[in-house]
Amino acid sequence: MTTATVPASARATATAPASARRPRLRGVAAERVFIGRSLIHSVRDVEALLMAVVLPTMLMLMFTFIFGNAIDPSGGYVDYVVPGIILLCAGFGAAGTAISVSRDMTTGIIDRIRTMPLRSGAVLTGHVVESLVRNLVATAVVIGVALLVGFSPNATPLEWLAVVGVVALYILAITYLFAAIGLAAASPEAASGYGFILLFLPYLSSAFVPVDTMPEWLQWIAENQPITPVIETIRSLLLGTPMGDSAWWAVGWCVLIIVVAAVWGAWLFRRKAGRR
Amino acid sequence: MELAIDVRGLRKQFGRTEVLAGLDLAVPKGSVFALLGPNGAGKTTTINILTTLVAPDAGTAIVAGCDVARAPGEVQQRIALTGQSAAVDEVLTGTENLVMMGRLSGLTRRAAKARAAELVHRFDLEAAADRRVGTYSGGMRRRLDLALSLVVDVPVLFLDEPTTGLDTRSRQELWAVIRTLADAGTTVFLTTQYLEEADRLADRIAVLDRGRIAAEGTADELKARVGGDVVELRDADGVLVREIPTDGSVHGLRAAIDELDRASVGGAGVDGVQVSIRRPSLDDVFLAITSGAEASTPELVEAK
Repeated sequence: MTTATVPASARATATAPASARRPRLRGVAAERVFIGRSLIHSVRDVEALLMAVVLPTMLMLMFTFIFGNAIDPSGGYVDYVVPGIILLCAGFGAAGTAISVSRDMTTGIIDRIRTMPLRSGAVLTGHVVESLVRNLVATAVVIGVALLVGFSPNATPLEWLAVVGVVALYILAITYLFAAIGLAAASPEAASGYGFILLFLPYLSSAFVPVDTMPEWLQWIAENQPITPVIETIRSLLLGTPMGDSAWWAVGWCVLIIVVAAVWGAWLFRRKAGRR
Repeated sequence: MELAIDVRGLRKQFGRTEVLAGLDLAVPKGSVFALLGPNGAGKTTTINILTTLVAPDAGTAIVAGCDVARAPGEVQQRIALTGQSAAVDEVLTGTENLVMMGRLSGLTRRAAKARAAELVHRFDLEAAADRRVGTYSGGMRRRLDLALSLVVDVPVLFLDEPTTGLDTRSRQELWAVIRTLADAGTTVFLTTQYLEEADRLADRIAVLDRGRIAAEGTADELKARVGGDVVELRDADGVLVREIPTDGSVHGLRAAIDELDRASVGGAGVDGVQVSIRRPSLDDVFLAITSGAEASTPELVEAK
């Protein structure tokens, strides 16, 4: 039965002779396209965007108004907790990157990209830059709400700039880590599961209560994990608490995480070529 | 004869499993070539190597005049791949998908938009062009997926099981599109588990069995390999009761019909039997070629 009704698509007419070539993309052309794509994803996924802002905001309000007076009866708890909330916010937001990366790696999209003459890793760059932009916006909203409920920082414009820098560096570090987790995970669901573990780290830091109120064995963990120096740095910049060597530790940890995650991620990315 | 794809002695092993055990293929320019085989025969691995996704362990593969192992970048400029699972971005609209692929293929924003509009029309996606792909039906997704490979008219197109999971109408539409592409001079290399698809679409067919080419040729050549005609016995409702392959000789035919006679006399209740003789189908070829490997062919499905 070769006489099926002629389908509509058969009106496809012969076009140019099949001899065209894809030029190799120069510079950061591919990165620009993928960043644009990820940003469209970001804007269209209204729920994720809302969660990235609402969840940390609710947590902040809860800590300030429910636990705040119990932890610090003098009423200054909001100042203490905001830097921690900022980092929590970045963590929540970056977790989404693991899912987006995993989704790309487990569908045919990545195969098509890998068979084109361009840096296929650019698709990951798109997700990382998107996460940075989205989380900076979310952080700004959270800080705005904090100011409304009584957060009173005494930072100079220069110190604010430094805060943005440290927060951006932290977002990049945790995003790279989540991107690598997304590459390692077998499915988007698994990626979201692994990512959850990382989100506990802020609770084991000086984010919500000073480290010296914890049991001794926990103090050691809290003092030596990467999030505590980042929080202490932000706290010092915003509120003028003692800085010590926190800034060095904060930058050092973030750079180390970025390097490790990037090397691990690049290895995973190469290894997974052709397998899904 | 100029070759678009020239593969010699290709080998690939994953762990201890030998997936390709010395594959040879020659695909003439501008033809449709079907790689036919059951699941696990090595079809996707072959495509992955030819499209530079995976490096071969041994052997050479020249695609569009370039060596996949030595000059993967050159090969990538001349091929397009539509893989087994749809490579479409579900959050973007159909047009946005096409424009993105155009930009990644080096077109300017304007050229990419113009090309997208053209492909949307050609693939009958106008009504859905501005809807998110997440809302598309399976057939629409597949059409868009194929359109994404045609953003640039590359000389060699790879399609990995292009119609798996599609309904009859979508499948025939896609066949028509693929045929048109080949007529315009594109070399199409496709894999399929559907015998009918290979029969209808391909100029040449290779049967892949356990990592080797078990047979290769046109559909007719392959059918001729099985030899003679097949005698069929059908009941009053036209349902196939029995089929007996013959060696094609008069004696063979007579023997087959005698056997049917005995069977229908002995088997009570078979009324109004019709006997017919037909040319062997690709099914017969496939079973003949891969016999002894039945265990590995349970997924083989026939296209309706």
